[in-house]
Amino acid sequence: MTRARLVLGAFLAFMLVAPLALPEFHVTLLNYIGLYSIVALGLVLLTGVGGLTSFGQAAFVGMGAYTTAYLTTTYGLSPWLTLLIGLALTFVVSLFLGVISLRLSGHYLPLGTIAWGISLYFLFGNMEFLGGYTGISSVPAINLFGVALDSGRKFDYLIWTLALLALLSMHNLLDSRSGRAIRALKGGGLMAESFGVDTARMKIIIFVHAALLASLSGWLYAHLLRFVNPTPFSINAGIEYLFMAVVGGAASVWGAVVGAGILTILKQWLQDLLPKLLGQSGNFEMIVFGVLLVLLLQRAREGVMPLVVRYFPAPRKPLPASVPALPRRVRPAAGAALLELRRVRKAFGGLVAVNDLSFAMTSGEILGLIGPNGAGKTTVFNLVTGVLPAVGGEVHFRGERIDTLSARAIVPRGLARTFQQVHLLPAMSVLENVAIGAHLRGTKGVVSAALRLERGEEAMLLGEAARQLERVGLGTSIHEQAGSLSLGKQRILEIARALCADPVLLLLDEPAAGLRYQEKRALAELLRKLKSEGMSILLVEHDMDFVMQLVDRLVVMDFGEKLAEGLPQEIQTNPVVVEAYLGGVK
Amino acid sequence: MNAEIALFLIQDGFTNGAIYALLALALVLVFAVTRVIFIPQGEFVAYGALTLASLQLGKLPGTAWLLLGVGLAVAALELTQALRLGAAQRIPAIIFNYIVLPAALLGLAWWAAPQKPALTLQILLALFLVVPLGPMVYRLAYQPLASASVLVLLIISVAVHFAMTGLGLVFFGAEGSRTPPFSDAQWKLGVLTVSGQSLWVMGASLALIVALLLFFEHTIYGKALRATAINRVGARLVGVSPAMAGKLSFTLAALIGALSGVLIAPITTIYYDSGFLVGLKGFVGAIMGGLVSYPLAAAGALLVGILEAYASFWASAYKEVIVFTLIIPVLLWRSLTTHHIEEDEE
Repeated sequence: MTRARLVLGAFLAFMLVAPLALPEFHVTLLNYIGLYSIVALGLVLLTGVGGLTSFGQAAFVGMGAYTTAYLTTTYGLSPWLTLLIGLALTFVVSLFLGVISLRLSGHYLPLGTIAWGISLYFLFGNMEFLGGYTGISSVPAINLFGVALDSGRKFDYLIWTLALLALLSMHNLLDSRSGRAIRALKGGGLMAESFGVDTARMKIIIFVHAALLASLSGWLYAHLLRFVNPTPFSINAGIEYLFMAVVGGAASVWGAVVGAGILTILKQWLQDLLPKLLGQSGNFEMIVFGVLLVLLLQRAREGVMPLVVRYFPAPRKPLPASVPALPRRVRPAAGAALLELRRVRKAFGGLVAVNDLSFAMTSGEILGLIGPNGAGKTTVFNLVTGVLPAVGGEVHFRGERIDTLSARAIVPRGLARTFQQVHLLPAMSVLENVAIGAHLRGTKGVVSAALRLERGEEAMLLGEAARQLERVGLGTSIHEQAGSLSLGKQRILEIARALCADPVLLLLDEPAAGLRYQEKRALAELLRKLKSEGMSILLVEHDMDFVMQLVDRLVVMDFGEKLAEGLPQEIQTNPVVVEAYLGGVK
Repeated sequence: MNAEIALFLIQDGFTNGAIYALLALALVLVFAVTRVIFIPQGEFVAYGALTLASLQLGKLPGTAWLLLGVGLAVAALELTQALRLGAAQRIPAIIFNYIVLPAALLGLAWWAAPQKPALTLQILLALFLVVPLGPMVYRLAYQPLASASVLVLLIISVAVHFAMTGLGLVFFGAEGSRTPPFSDAQWKLGVLTVSGQSLWVMGASLALIVALLLFFEHTIYGKALRATAINRVGARLVGVSPAMAGKLSFTLAALIGALSGVLIAPITTIYYDSGFLVGLKGFVGAIMGGLVSYPLAAAGALLVGILEAYASFWASAYKEVIVFTLIIPVLLWRSLTTHHIEEDEE
C-alpha cells in the first residue's frame, strides 16, 4: 500500500467520523471548506492547469444559490430539479461569456469576469423578487432518501460526497486524451493546435466546467444556510476563490482542498485577531491575503501543493501488456505525387519572405530545403503546415488543396511536424507528450474521460505512443519528465510525437540545430530508418554536412526565391549556390 | 425628459467621463509599458481623495504613515540587494529616497495639516504623499516578476488591490468623505446651468491630457516609455531600463489616479473602497480601445460617463449593472472584429 493511499484512507475515515464527533463550530468550518473546495477545484483546472482566469466564480456560485432559493421558495420546486435548472442556466451564461471573450487575448476573460461579477452582484441586490440586499430566507432543506438534511452535521456528508466526486472526476479527466489537450493549453497552444487539438474549444470547455462546479457549490450553500443574500457572491469573494486556487496550486487536484482549507482557517483566525490588534472592526484580512499572494507568486508560483506532492511519488503505471494497435491510414505508393507548391507567396508588410516558390516532392523521398539564414525556409514550412496563411499561390497535398485549411485541419490529412525550438510540456512524462501526437486518432471527450469510460481507447493511444518511442529509440525513457531529457533526445521525442499522428509526410524544422556530433549521427540514423520504412520527409536544415549525406534531392532558397533544385552533388558544385552561401569570389 | 434634464445629464456625464478618461489613459499607458493590468489604479483615486479630505479637516492623513511604512519596506529590499551585490555606494541614496524623504514628508504633513493651508497647497501636499506610492508598489510587487505572463501580473494586481483596499480601511476608517467644491460659481447657459466644479474637472483633465501628450512627444523619458511600449527588448538594447520604465509609468499612473481622486472628491462621497468601481469604469473605457489605443480609450470612457449619467436618471438602482454589462457588447464587438493570434505564454 502506498503512502498516498494510507493518507487518503485516513482522510476519508476522518471525514466519515468528523461530522459526528467535532463541535458544531468545526463542522461548520469543514462545511465551508468543502463548499469552497468545489469552486476552487474549477479554478485549479482553469487557472492552474489551463492558464486562464476568472474573478467571477462567486457570481456563478450566486447563480446556483439564487436559482434554487427563488424557485424552491416561490414555486415550491424540488431542490433536485432546481439544481439541474441552476446548472443549465450557468451553462448557457458561461458558454456565452466564454465564447465572446476567449477568442480575444488571455486577459479579456478575467476582465470580462470582473465586470460580470460586479454586474450580477448589483443585480441580485436590486431585484425586488430576489429580496434585494436582504435576500431570500426559509429556503427548504434537501431531502435525500427520505432524510431531511436540516443540520450542518447531516449536510456535511452531502457536501463532501459531492466535493470528493468532483475531485475524482477531475483527476480522471486530467489523466486522459482530453486532459493532455487541456494541460497543453498553458505554454503549448501552438503545438497542440498542430496535432489537431481545438484549443479554443478546450478553453471554453474548462471555463464552463469551472462555472458548473461553482454553480453546484452555490446550490449546496443555499440549502446549507437556508438563506441567501448578495454579500457572499461579491467580486471580493470571487477574488478569494482565485486566491484559494493559487495558494493550493495545480500540482494535484487536492490543491483545491488544501487552498480552500488554508484560506478558510486563516481568514477565521485573522478575523478574530486583526480587529483586536488594530482596535477597530473591518475586513483587515484582505491586507494579509493580498501581501501573502504577492509573496507566494514571487517566491513559489506553483503554490503549496508541490511541497506536499513531493512526499507522495505517483506510482509508475505499467503499460498494458498487449493492446490492439490503432488503425493506420492508407499510404500512397512510392513515387506517387505527394506535395506540390505552386507559386506560393508570403509577405510580412513590405518584406516578401517567400516569393512565388514552386517545387514538388514524391512519396518515399527525403527532400531537403536549405538556404542561408533568413532565406524563408521556416516560413515555407509554416505555409505548408497551415500555421501562416499564404497571400498567393497554392499548396497541394495528395491531390488536395491545403493552403486554405487551418493547421488543425491539415494534420488529419497525413502531415505532421516538429518545431525549430522544441515545443514540449516539460512537466509531463515523455509518454504523455508523445501521446498528444495521437490526439486525432482518438475520439473520446471530456465526459467519458471524467467517468472513465474511455480506458480502452486510452490504452490504445498510450500503446501507440510507447510503440513510436520504441521505434525512435527512446523506449527506456518513457516515464521520465520530458523537460529532463537532453536537447538531442527532446528533438527525437518530437519526431516520435509527429509519428504518433500516423503521417504520410513528416516535416522536420531544423532537427539538427544545437545537437552534438553523436546526437546528429543518431538522428541521421533514425531518419534513414524511417525512410527505409517508407516515410516521406521534408527537411528544413542549414547544417550542410548533415543534409548532404541524408537527402535524395535538395531545394535551395535565398531571399524567398528558389535558387536551385537537384541532387546533392549537383547542388554542391552549383556556382550560384556556392556564391549565396560563401559570398562572391571575384 | 426635457431638454434641460438631457443637457444636465450630458454635463454630468462629461464631468465623470473626463475622470474615467484620465484613468483609462493611465491604464493603457501602464499596460503598454509593463503589460500590467493596473487594477489598483482605483485605490490611488481613493487615497488621493481621502488624503485631501483629511488635510481639509486639519488632520494628518493616514497615507503619510503608509508612505513611510512602504518606504521602509522598499528600503529593506533595496538594502539587502545592495549588500548582496556588494554595491555599498548605493546605500546613501536608498536611505535618502526611501527613508529620509518619506519621513520628511510625514513631518511636513504633521506640521502643515493643522494649519489648514490654502487649497492649492493642500492638493500639492496630498499628491506628494500619494504619488510616490506608485513606483514603490511597482518595486515591491511587480518588479521581481516583470517578465511573468500577463495573467500572473493580473493576479498580482488583484492582490495589490486587495492589500491597498484593506490598508485604506486601516488608515482612513470606514466613513466616507466629500470635500468642498473648488468653485461655487454657476453660469446660466440658455437652459443649462454650468457649475464651476464641472468646468474645473473638465479643464484639469484636458490640461493633463495635453501635458501627457507633450511629455510623450517632446521629452526623452516620454520617448523612452513609448519605445518600451513598442518593443521591450529593443528599448532595453538601446539602454532604456525596464525597471526605470516600469517605475516611471507607475508614477504617472499614480499621479493621474491621485489627481482624479482630488477632482472627484467634491462631486461624490468617496469611501476607502470606492476607488475600485471608479477605476473599473476607466477600464471599461480602456477595453473599448483594446487596451492599446489612447483616443479610443478616452472616447470609450466619456461614453461610460454619459451612459452612467443617463442610467442613474432612468434606473438609478441599476446604474452599476448597466455600466458594467456594457463590457459584454464591447467584448462581443471586439471579438468579432479582432483576429486573435495565438501567443504562447508560459
